[in-house]
Amino acid sequence: MTQRGLDLDDIVERALGGQRRAVGRLLSVAERGGAEADRLTAALHGRSARAHIVGITGPPGSGKSTLVGRLTAAAAASGANPAVLAVDPSSPLTGGAILGDRIRIDRTGGDVFVRSIATRGHAGGLAVAVPGAIRVLDATGFDPIIIETVGVGQVEVDIAAMADTTVVVANPGTGDAVQANKAGLLEIADIFVVNKADLPEAEALRLDLERMLDLSHVTGHEAYRGRRAPIVLTESLSGTGIDELWTEIIDHRSLLDASNARQLRQLLRLRAEVEALVAGRIHRLTRAVFDSSAGERALADLASGRIDPVAAAEIILDEGTASLGS
Amino acid sequence: MSGPPSSETPPLRVVLAKLGFDGHDRGLRVVARLLRDAGCEVIYLGLRQSVDNVVAVVEQEDADAVGLSMHNAGHLTLAPKMVQALRDAGLDTPVVVGGIIPDVDVEPLRQAGVAAILGPGASAEEVVHAVRSAVDSTP
Ligand SMILES: Nc1nc2c(ncn2[C@@H]2O[C@H](COP(=O)(O)OP(=O)(O)OP(=O)(O)O)[C@@H](O)[C@H]2O)c(=O)[nH]1
Ligand SMILES: [Mg+2]
Repeated sequence: MTQRGLDLDDIVERALGGQRRAVGRLLSVAERGGAEADRLTAALHGRSARAHIVGITGPPGSGKSTLVGRLTAAAAASGANPAVLAVDPSSPLTGGAILGDRIRIDRTGGDVFVRSIATRGHAGGLAVAVPGAIRVLDATGFDPIIIETVGVGQVEVDIAAMADTTVVVANPGTGDAVQANKAGLLEIADIFVVNKADLPEAEALRLDLERMLDLSHVTGHEAYRGRRAPIVLTESLSGTGIDELWTEIIDHRSLLDASNARQLRQLLRLRAEVEALVAGRIHRLTRAVFDSSAGERALADLASGRIDPVAAAEIILDEGTASLGS
Repeated sequence: MSGPPSSETPPLRVVLAKLGFDGHDRGLRVVARLLRDAGCEVIYLGLRQSVDNVVAVVEQEDADAVGLSMHNAGHLTLAPKMVQALRDAGLDTPVVVGGIIPDVDVEPLRQAGVAAILGPGASAEEVVHAVRSAVDSTP
């Protein structure tokens, strides 16, 4: 049963018909995971219209949401039907979150579909929830799908890297170039944005980034990405540079489409999703074994020193595999 | 093979907004933190929101409740308008109102479908309890 007594097939039907409330419900189903999310995946896989997935990432407060608002406006002006997934961290202590991206996106964007997603802490959660959310938005006609994540933490960086086009945002005068390098953001960037270019030292940051790109030319990384990432200066409060950035994003899409690179990136996304689904199932399976009498026995034997941790792990795995067959 | 249903119930998703053109959002920020600390996901809209925008946000975010902060005389017209706009859109999302509400206005607001009314001195427990029971009593 879906919350509020509605049948999943019915909601899918209405979402495909363009009802935003139904799209909102489906996003909750995808986010929650479990059996109903599995059914949703089955219903929507194959209906994908292959939207362009654009990841926007960078340090906290670098102006990502303000920029995303501007980009949605640019996309809408060019006749596209954009949607946004804005990912913010959950509190690890309480599981709660204040999702504050949307207020900034709304301020510079138009009447665009925005969904705020909290990381919800559970291991691998985002790795399943985000592809699920993308599938819903793609099947219901949104294109491009812009995903905002904070560029700290491996999961968030991985999400951004899953995009067709990954945009890395940095600010002048902050040491962001060095930080981005450390956080592994340089390797995933298809386009760099120096945002808040109205502040001093924007040009210095551009030169820093250029030097790092020179290096990636030497290391062969550039060849792996297919080209040298362009650097765009933007002022997302005023809108300066946004048209240029939008053009770069479109050009990158065309570049990917000219080869089979976009299909390859989609395949990598699917592979990552399958990996996360498998990991989630194994996790649930082993937890069930731990709670069973066999699991308790193994732990007791471990505590008394009769067996070592490796032997305990073998027992848990054997029990889990056996329960699959039954 | 299909996975089992997810074990935990997902967090409540609450939209917080202030309608109209008045004032500050200090009180609303405090409520946002209270709800976050109680494990809710707060979609924070802040000041100067329109009724129509809140409806659109509730749809996109699939929110479980709307919290409105009211510090002017507008509560008697704006809060019922919010409830009506949600119902017109086919949403049964409960609306909780907080702020300085004179006692005589409490009954009319309830009549208009406001699920709970909280005074400025409401404790963290009262705020969280009001939102949870408003959601729980929604069919
Ligand atoms: N000077 C200047 N300030 C900007 C610019 N773009 C955004 N800001 C300001 O930077 C602050 C953060 O903006 P957001 O768009 O919320 O940044 P964010 O990266 O989404 O923030 P988080 O999601 O919290 O990590 C706000 O006060 C913006 O007004 C810009 O181009 N120039
Ligand atoms: Mg943001």
